[in-house]
Amino acid sequence: MIEFKGVLPVLRLTKGRIVLISGVIIAISLILKELVGYKTVTIAFMLAAACVAGAPVLRKAIGAIRYGIVGIDALVSIAVIGAIIIGEYWEAAAVTFLFMLGDYLESRTIEKTRSSIKALLDLAPDRARVKRNGVETEVSPEEVERGDLVVVRPGEKISVDGIVVEGSAHVNQAAITGESIPVSLGVGDTTFSGTIIESGYLVIRADRVGEDTTFARILQMVEEAQDRKAKTQKFLEKFSRWYTPAIILLSVIVYILSGNVVLALTLLVIACPGALVISTPVSIVAGIGNGAKRGILVKSGEVMEKLGTVRVMAFDKTGTLTVGKPSVTRIRAFGMSDDQLLRIAAIGESYSEHPLGKAIVDKATEKLGPIHEAPEQTEILAGMGLKFRLNGVNYYIGNRKLLQDCGISIETHEQDIAAEEEMGRTVVIVGANGVVCGIISIADRIREDARALIPRLKALGIKRTVMLTGDNRRAARAIAKEIGLDEYYSDLLPGDKVSILEQLRNRYGRIAMVGDGVNDAPALASADLGIAIGGAGTDVAMETADVVLMAPKLSMLTYAVGLSRATVRNMMQNIAFALLVAALLLAGVLFQAVNLSFGMLVHEASVLLVIINAARLLGYGRKVTAGPGRL
Amino acid sequence: MTNKTYQLETISCPSCIAKIEGMLKKTEGIVSSEVLFNTSRVRVSFDEAKITSDEIRNRIGKLGYRVLGEK
Repeated sequence: MIEFKGVLPVLRLTKGRIVLISGVIIAISLILKELVGYKTVTIAFMLAAACVAGAPVLRKAIGAIRYGIVGIDALVSIAVIGAIIIGEYWEAAAVTFLFMLGDYLESRTIEKTRSSIKALLDLAPDRARVKRNGVETEVSPEEVERGDLVVVRPGEKISVDGIVVEGSAHVNQAAITGESIPVSLGVGDTTFSGTIIESGYLVIRADRVGEDTTFARILQMVEEAQDRKAKTQKFLEKFSRWYTPAIILLSVIVYILSGNVVLALTLLVIACPGALVISTPVSIVAGIGNGAKRGILVKSGEVMEKLGTVRVMAFDKTGTLTVGKPSVTRIRAFGMSDDQLLRIAAIGESYSEHPLGKAIVDKATEKLGPIHEAPEQTEILAGMGLKFRLNGVNYYIGNRKLLQDCGISIETHEQDIAAEEEMGRTVVIVGANGVVCGIISIADRIREDARALIPRLKALGIKRTVMLTGDNRRAARAIAKEIGLDEYYSDLLPGDKVSILEQLRNRYGRIAMVGDGVNDAPALASADLGIAIGGAGTDVAMETADVVLMAPKLSMLTYAVGLSRATVRNMMQNIAFALLVAALLLAGVLFQAVNLSFGMLVHEASVLLVIINAARLLGYGRKVTAGPGRL
Repeated sequence: MTNKTYQLETISCPSCIAKIEGMLKKTEGIVSSEVLFNTSRVRVSFDEAKITSDEIRNRIGKLGYRVLGEK
């Protein structure tokens, strides 16, 4: 157990063995008591049990008293020695045994509340295969250098953050995003350390290695988060610092007044507010662990508490509620098929750098496969669009102004175009031979799970949902309406966001800001709570936000809020239970309804129950997670 | 002033926190200390002129908690 300059062999036994041995001895003494009565031999066994179980307690007590600290070990030791002196041998044996048993069970169960985080640590990569000068060698992940080529095969862990330069693979990124459905990666894609290749193979150029990888930083943050104390915890620690001495004083007073040694000793045993002190940290560690396993980083106990009590949630639009990449939402062709229109538009835009043009090309590639044809002639008209020639036909692709300038009437389509714009979309018109041959609507797509977000947050007790955006009013209104937000503020500069957050906080209470962390860092920092979504790989988001959702999925936000509420609830249950037990024990002892060993039993059981209750948090979300991405 | 973090074997009993912190507080040369319950670590900042890191480890050990490592 603990290095101790070999005084008694029993001191070197493990906690489990001590419990077992003293348990057996105590059982024998009980049997003897039934068979032969309360005789010397029975007492001898009881004393032996008390010695075996009590020795480590006494030793710890002495160690602490040398520094003037009176802990529970000291209290128990005094009580046991007292019990032996006044002839209560059975009590002495039972109390020490129960204390050791409780201690043993507590350390076993408390491990469980920390198990999620331990499991995360186990995901760290332990070796890497590096290709240097054409030769593959296996090295430890710390030895990989930036710029090295790392080869990863099926079943192996990727050991660096980098860019794929060769191969393609299905990769399980659960270590980072919490999502175990594999994503397919190919040349040019970003890889994360800690993720596992399920099939295929990759050659990766290392960009970040060792301690700098996203995974290593997540681990470090989670490790630190566990012990950044919640407010409640700090308060409880202060409280218990007064509680124990107060009880000691009380037991002295009780002894002086009543002269009853047993009563005073019993008071001492129940004096330690064990359940109360650990009520908060065990819940927090289980809650943080549960989140970490699913790609939700809650940076401290205090953040967990805040998230659990947040009233207003403000959202950034682009990249948070929307995907952040414009894409084609509707194609309407006249006189040709939609695919034909898309193909022609994509060919025309193939050299375009404009985001709208890229959206068209992306859509065409996705729907029709790569397009290799090139326009015969292209002319870009800034602020309007472009014109190009294909198979002898002149095409115009752009906004209203372009078409009007080229003498093509859009009157018959005006109503349709306005309606699309009203929905927050940008319309690209394609014209040829004097007529409109198609309308392509492009929008920054709302995230798939955005529509379900608001009702879920409301159900979890968020009072008000607000969107803050730099985008124009029309687009903002359309999106706010579609998602069902309570309020929206448009045309904002970053500085405006900060002052609006301030107003909202004054009006509704504790506020959280949700953003992608890229351009809204000041807002994230100024809200009571900053939540970054899709934080994997973006440094700013991981550093400034209080809560980081690794995957770019809004369902993780509802999960995080739900988890934090469950954690706070769990903490409150623990505190209420611990206080109740302490009050009942105190009353029970003072009215002499609780004796020494029973007091110890209740005390230890209450500590154990608090830990077991916290461990329940590890199962949060298991029932409701019907499928990936669903809460 | 020096800052060090010591990794202990798993702490599970709630009174350990008070005990270790209490001992360190009364130790000459130690400016501040904090027991991290969940990670079983002790964070100490101390005056190297008055106490060595080995001595701190030694004292924590004597209290009954094995120090597994430091950084």
